[in-house]
Amino acid sequence: MSAHPTTYVPKNAAAKWLESRLPIIGLVHTSFVAFPVPRNLTYMWTFGAVLMVMLVLQIVTGVVLAMHYTAHADLAFNSVERIMRDVNYGWLMRYLHANGASFFFIAVYIHTFRGLYYGSYKAPREVLWILGVIILLLMMATAFMGYVLPWGQMSFWGATVITNLFSVIPVVGDTIVTFLWGGYSVGNPTLNRFFSLHYLLPFMLFGVVILHVWALHVPGNNNPTGIPIKSGKDAIPFHPYMTVKDSLSVVLFVIVLSWFVFYMPNYLGHADNYVPANPAVTPSHIVPEWYFLPFYAILRAIPNALFGVIAMFASIAVLAFLPWLDTSKVRSAAYRPAFKVFFWVFAATCLGLGYLGAMPAEGGYVIAARILTIYYFAHFLVILPLLGLFETPRPLPNSISESVLGPRGSSGMPAGATAEPQSK
Amino acid sequence: MAETTTSAEPTRRDFLFIATGATAAVGLGALAWPFVSQMAPDAATIAAGAPVELDLAPINEGQIVKLFWRGKLIFVRHRTEAEIAQARDVQLSALKDPEPDQDRVVDGKAQWLIVYGNCTHLGCVPLDFAGEYRGWFCPCHGSVFDTSGRIRSGPAPINLPIPPYTYVDDTRIVIGEA
Repeated sequence: MSAHPTTYVPKNAAAKWLESRLPIIGLVHTSFVAFPVPRNLTYMWTFGAVLMVMLVLQIVTGVVLAMHYTAHADLAFNSVERIMRDVNYGWLMRYLHANGASFFFIAVYIHTFRGLYYGSYKAPREVLWILGVIILLLMMATAFMGYVLPWGQMSFWGATVITNLFSVIPVVGDTIVTFLWGGYSVGNPTLNRFFSLHYLLPFMLFGVVILHVWALHVPGNNNPTGIPIKSGKDAIPFHPYMTVKDSLSVVLFVIVLSWFVFYMPNYLGHADNYVPANPAVTPSHIVPEWYFLPFYAILRAIPNALFGVIAMFASIAVLAFLPWLDTSKVRSAAYRPAFKVFFWVFAATCLGLGYLGAMPAEGGYVIAARILTIYYFAHFLVILPLLGLFETPRPLPNSISESVLGPRGSSGMPAGATAEPQSK
Repeated sequence: MAETTTSAEPTRRDFLFIATGATAAVGLGALAWPFVSQMAPDAATIAAGAPVELDLAPINEGQIVKLFWRGKLIFVRHRTEAEIAQARDVQLSALKDPEPDQDRVVDGKAQWLIVYGNCTHLGCVPLDFAGEYRGWFCPCHGSVFDTSGRIRSGPAPINLPIPPYTYVDDTRIVIGEA
């Protein structure tokens, strides 16, 4: 933002008056209109916009749901059913919110794997990447606490399992868990504080998202080649080129979301959560929501409770160190033949862990989960550091426009604004 | 803006800066405590956690009765002779959390096993009479407990804990008083 002095010129007296007092239109113009982006961005670069839309959707539907929801252990379950049956369009609000959470994670995982594939975490984008890891953690905390609020069986037992994770901390674990619960077990005080935090965290998330966008706009977007913008020929303005691309992506994404909301709204949920919470009976098979399954598989793969918990949190924390674990100077997998193979093996490992997280913890499933857990960490701690030293990358193109148009691309330039977006 | 002068002698501003800063640090620390303390169980929750009495007489041999104390599930198991024998016929060195069955019950009351009903792994409720030793089996992550409530296999680190309880007479116990 500050790195790009604005080119915005107020056109009328009111805009001029405001701009001289609070240069907000200029800020938006610089950040989302004239902002130069690489001309070769693919649809993989539209998920940031999708995520922004999903966050707003979650906040809007969530604020509405909070108007009808009762955060009390005796009343919560029935208040959710009342939202479903009595409140006008309450079913729509709840199904949008519940499926919206799942789709939020679909988008964030695509967004993250895009970053992994194209090396978007490498210098100078380390802070941008770490802010993204913080956003992921905040999303997970928010989603977990939101899942507790309907106070069904999965809510209650999910809360029990996850809060008990902290009891494995030596010495102070039990005290910490008692303070989390506000009692001697998961109960009404727990539900109340989870509701309070579930309402708070999305706004903190929004704050970190602003920092994330700010950190993006200093170095600018990475792109499929991984090489930076070198001249005006490499760049196009954000508007209209990315705004239309983002918009189309958002519309397609919302169509798929709508298909779930209107035709299979409970497909991603769990039937046990339509049974009111009962502290005397555990569902025969406790599973978290699908987006936590890979981490749940890592937790269960380790035979020791303390190390299982450490491994689960470490599986996300390791992402924050990725900019320094990957020793290769080349960003994009397009020019890293060996990394490209390991990337897809890693992606398959994550999917495999997700599958194993949904399976019962017995026999061959446990053995497979252990192998994949070891591989998951080996990818970050062994393969990536060594790969950068031993891999021979393919030659990089001289510029983004050369990669798009070929070495003699300058003669084939399209006319108009695409050629010199920054010269206006 | 006023110029800041640097002199060897401390100024009144230096004193005010240190004094104000120290007061603010102490004040913030003192203010933080109520915000942490309010997370703890409140007075009503503590009061509701008073000891509970249980009459064992109606519980048949081979039966497990469940009750709550402080919102925590407790299993009261009237064990058969065979179950007691099975719990005692075990190599202590083979156990993950070695503890003789005799230490887990009151002398002369070996038929009464009273344990917390939440798996020591992550708190699920194990299923009665299930698993290899017909003690309990946790469906969440596969921990197997024997007829003494001891962990035999699976991820649970320790045996099902014994809640504090005491016999008020031959057939009645009070849970919550040791």
